[in-house]
Amino acid sequence: MTRMLKKPEELEQIAVQLRVDLISMLFEAGSGHTGGSLSSADIFSVLFFYEINHNPADAVWPERDRFILSKGHVCPIYYAALARAGYFPVEELMTFRKLNSMLQGHPGMNKGLPGIECSTGSLGQGLGVAAGIALGAKHDKSDYRVYCLNGDGELDEGSIWETAMAASHYKLDNLVSIVDNNDLQIDGRLRDVMNVYPIDRKFESFNWNVIKCDGHDVKALVKAFEEARSCKGKPSVIIAKTVKGKGVSFMEDEAGWHGKTPNKEQAVSALEELKKIQKKTGVWSGAEIQLTI
Amino acid sequence: MKNRELSLKATRFGYGEGLVELGKKNANVVVLGGDLTNSTAANLFRERFPDRFFSIGIAEQNMMTMAAGLSLTGKIPFISTYCVFSAGRAWDQLRTTVAYGNLNVKVGGAHSGVSVGPDGATHQGLEDIATTRCLPNVVVSAPCDAIEAKKSTIAIGKLSGPSYIRFGREPVPLLTTEKTPFQFGKAILFREGTDCIIVACGYMVYYSLLAAEKLEEEGLSVGVLNLHTIKPIDEEAIVECAEKVGCLVTAEEHQIMGGMGSAVAEVIARTFPVPMEFIGIQDRFGESGQPEELMEEFNLGVEDMVLAVKKAIKRKS
Repeated sequence: MTRMLKKPEELEQIAVQLRVDLISMLFEAGSGHTGGSLSSADIFSVLFFYEINHNPADAVWPERDRFILSKGHVCPIYYAALARAGYFPVEELMTFRKLNSMLQGHPGMNKGLPGIECSTGSLGQGLGVAAGIALGAKHDKSDYRVYCLNGDGELDEGSIWETAMAASHYKLDNLVSIVDNNDLQIDGRLRDVMNVYPIDRKFESFNWNVIKCDGHDVKALVKAFEEARSCKGKPSVIIAKTVKGKGVSFMEDEAGWHGKTPNKEQAVSALEELKKIQKKTGVWSGAEIQLTI
Repeated sequence: MKNRELSLKATRFGYGEGLVELGKKNANVVVLGGDLTNSTAANLFRERFPDRFFSIGIAEQNMMTMAAGLSLTGKIPFISTYCVFSAGRAWDQLRTTVAYGNLNVKVGGAHSGVSVGPDGATHQGLEDIATTRCLPNVVVSAPCDAIEAKKSTIAIGKLSGPSYIRFGREPVPLLTTEKTPFQFGKAILFREGTDCIIVACGYMVYYSLLAAEKLEEEGLSVGVLNLHTIKPIDEEAIVECAEKVGCLVTAEEHQIMGGMGSAVAEVIARTFPVPMEFIGIQDRFGESGQPEELMEEFNLGVEDMVLAVKKAIKRKS
């Protein structure tokens, strides 16, 4: 029933924990989206453990803030964030992508997964859903906020800009989009595949409040969310500069790790690197269980 | 029917009136417009409940997903645009956000059929039954007149889950009255017959009745089943007809491939195979013209129907 508002040191620890969970989950599943999940780990930490007003014990609490994962393919790290926040047991994470699991390959709302608002996976649609929720909230004079995580390649989709237009038209200042700007899509760099830059000026021209920050600096993310919260009359977009594959050296900034998952050797190596990071940040005390590969 | 003067009313006005009725009874009903508010008759709702009408502009994909979002806040959103857009352009959104999520979004499909007239092929929706009935969780309605369209709109407003309703532009004869019983999902036998039964939907129900009267003059007894709900399909009624008469003709203002006739054929082939003939668009795009002449041009007229019925009857032996 609250915003968790955890301190930066803890948010950093949680982000590493989510990366650790992700590697284990993806190795176990044998398929999934590694790079874009790693690039958004800090964003998820700040969203679920600082910013969003929610109650993991009551996933349908009516006044909760809503989160839509428009870049649905990074759902493994979304599931990890939900589990670590207390929506369901951490052990469930190892059922990712398996038959009958509530942790579908892209978020599905028909398998009883607590905390999920809407099925996503076809890019360009989630922001529209988020805007619809925000519009409904305004109509009902409800105070909850709506958050949407978009990919940067996802901004190729025209439907995103239809929504951007409408969100401005309806002055949805209860809507925040976060763009995970890791500068890579499946076929390569954004500039080479389809140049969507400048992202900031595009959103500005659609009359959004544009905030830019380092997507791996939890303090900067916290500040960005506070700035979005204070903006009235227009929706906000936080363009978070990130590195695809962040946290695992051989995965960083490589297009090939979009939809590839680590083999045993790579998983072990990745987990060792993350352990080294934990020596600096400290291990998150809130992790009662660790997944093993 | 021959000797009666039938009143004419476009089915889109039935939809518009249905929206108002729903709006009066349920404050959660909202309507989204895609810059086609008057021609889809959503203006009737907008005039009555302006704060529950949301103009989305010429952006159907966003309209579909915003409707999805609104449904997640407890609203009952109706999308109003031409069926080529709502069941075409925004199909991925309908499939992957609305249908897969089993969300309570109601999709209006205006301007269906060639009877749309002078606008021509780009605006004549001939594929929407095919693109909607193949989606799990989506129910599909094709009312025969404005009164039925109103009842169907109200019915889908009360159902839980994704719904699609197709209607037309032109004034068409009123075949029912307010008193005619209507139950979503239950086909209605408009006319008894012993030699053949025409299973029809939408505007083609009227043509079917005309054809049946013409055939009666030639000594043939032909019935007409109004299949106003294409999904869930009234399997029982269809099989009953097939068992009774031994052959069927289906009739729709839609491509034969994948449409209502195909849905009927799926039932018949599986349960009680009988000779079937299909009246519908024969794998071509629409064209500009006056509605009545287009119905003839596209082989949807009474003569075509009469020939099809005779052919079906002949194939019985």
